[in-house]
Amino acid sequence: MDDTGPATPAEAEVVDPGAPVGRRIVLGMLGLGVGGVLVGARLSDALSRLLAPITAADRTGLSDLLPAGGGFRIYTVTGSLPSADEASYRLTVGGLVDRPASLSVADLRAMPATSLTKDFQCVTGWRVHQVPWVGVRLADVLDRAGVQAGGARGTRATAVRFTSFDGSYTESLTMEQARRPDVMVAYSMQGGPISRAHGGPVRLYVAPMYGYKSCKWLSGIEVTDRVQEGYWERRGYDVDAWIGTSNGRDDEPV
Amino acid sequence: MTSLSEPFIGQVPVRVRRFDVATRVVHWANATLFLVLLSSGLVLSFGPLSVLVGRRETVKDVHVWAGLLLPLPVVVGAAGRWGRGLRSDFGRLNRWLADDRRWFRTLGRDRSVRLGKFHPGQKLNAAFTAGAIPVMLLTGSIMRWPRSFDLSWRTGATFVHDWVATVLVFAIVGHIVKAVSDPVALRGMVGGDVDGAWAAHHHPRWHDDMPSD
Repeated sequence: MDDTGPATPAEAEVVDPGAPVGRRIVLGMLGLGVGGVLVGARLSDALSRLLAPITAADRTGLSDLLPAGGGFRIYTVTGSLPSADEASYRLTVGGLVDRPASLSVADLRAMPATSLTKDFQCVTGWRVHQVPWVGVRLADVLDRAGVQAGGARGTRATAVRFTSFDGSYTESLTMEQARRPDVMVAYSMQGGPISRAHGGPVRLYVAPMYGYKSCKWLSGIEVTDRVQEGYWERRGYDVDAWIGTSNGRDDEPV
Repeated sequence: MTSLSEPFIGQVPVRVRRFDVATRVVHWANATLFLVLLSSGLVLSFGPLSVLVGRRETVKDVHVWAGLLLPLPVVVGAAGRWGRGLRSDFGRLNRWLADDRRWFRTLGRDRSVRLGKFHPGQKLNAAFTAGAIPVMLLTGSIMRWPRSFDLSWRTGATFVHDWVATVLVFAIVGHIVKAVSDPVALRGMVGGDVDGAWAAHHHPRWHDDMPSD
C-alpha cells in the first residue's frame, strides 16, 4: 500500500480492524449452551408436548430425525435387534402356577383386551406423551395360569419375573405391582402391531414405572417367591422404579 | 470489473496462496472428525439407523473418542511457528468489517461491497462452529459421565447436544454445497492456491492487500 498517498475512505476501512463479532458469537453460544443445560429439561418437555400431535400424524418417520420430535429412542442391550416371527412366537407362563402355559399372539388376542393411552417415560429423561397401548392385563395372564395360593415351604408366590428373547434382559415386579390394572402384556401400540424395534411382537408395559421395567421382546413370565434384580437394576437403577419418586428423578407420575 | 468468464488473453493466470499447509491439514483433520462424529451421532440418535447398525457400545466409543480428539488439530495447528497463517485467519474470521455487515443487510445485492479474505457467511459459519465445539464437548461430557451431574442437567445436556447437532448438520451441509459449487474456492483448501482473478473478484480487499511480487 502507498504510505504517502492521501487517506481514501477505502484505506480508512483497511485500518479499521472490524468488530470482534466472531468472539461475541462464540461467547454467546457458550452462555446459551450452559443456560440450555440448566433449563433444557423443562424446555425439552414443553417442546415434545408441542410436537407430539405432529409426530403422531407423521407416517414417514422423518420427524424422528428432529431431536425433540417426541419419538422413542430405541435401546437394545445386545448387539443386534432381536427378532421373532409373530406366527411362531410363544410366551411361556410358568413358575409357581397351577397351569403353566405357552401362549401365541392369537391366544393373547383371544383374551379380554385392555387399552391404555399413557405416557412412556425413560429414566434417561425422554418422554413420549399419550402412547396408545392395547394388550392383556398381566393380572389376567396370571389368573389364567393360576398363581399357586399356598405353595410348599418358603415358596410363596410373591413376585413375577420377566425374560426377553434377546437372551439377556430380565425384569421383576412384586405380585402386588404385577396385578395393577395399568400393567399389561401389550401386543399393539400406536394403533398397530408392536414393531421389532419397540419390542414386538409382545412386550410388557408397566405404565407407572420407568421404561426399563417395560421389558421388550417378552418371552417368559415366571411366578417366583422373591423379586430378583433385573438387567439395569444390577447396574444401579432402582428396583421399585415409580416414575417421579425413584432413581433421584422428579418427573410427573404416569 | 473483471468477470471470471472473460478469458485471460495473452496472460498467464496468476496464482495466489490462500491457505498454507498447516491450515489445510487442520481443516481436513477437522473435516474427518466431524464426519465421524455426525455419522456415529446419527446412528446413536436416529432410531432406524440404530436398529440397522446395532453395536451401540462400539458406536458410542467411536463417537466419544472422535469428540474428545476434535479440539486437538486446531490447538496443535494454531500453536507454534507453523500456526502463523492459521492464527491470522482466525483473526480475520473474528473481525467483521463494515462491508460484511453491509453484505448481510443487503444479502449480497449491494455490488459495491468489497469483501476481505473471508465471506461474511464464512465468518458466521466459523463463529458458529467455533462456539459449537466447546458446547458439544461440555454437553457430551455430561452425557458420557452422567453420574457426576444432576439429573435435570443430564436431560438439559441431551437437549442442547441434540439441537446444536441438528443446526451443525445444516451448517456443514451448506458449507460442503458452497465449496463444491465453487471449484476455485475448493482448490484453495485442497492445493492451497487460487486464481488471482478469482481472488480479485470474490475477495478484492484481501487481493489488493497482498504484497505483489
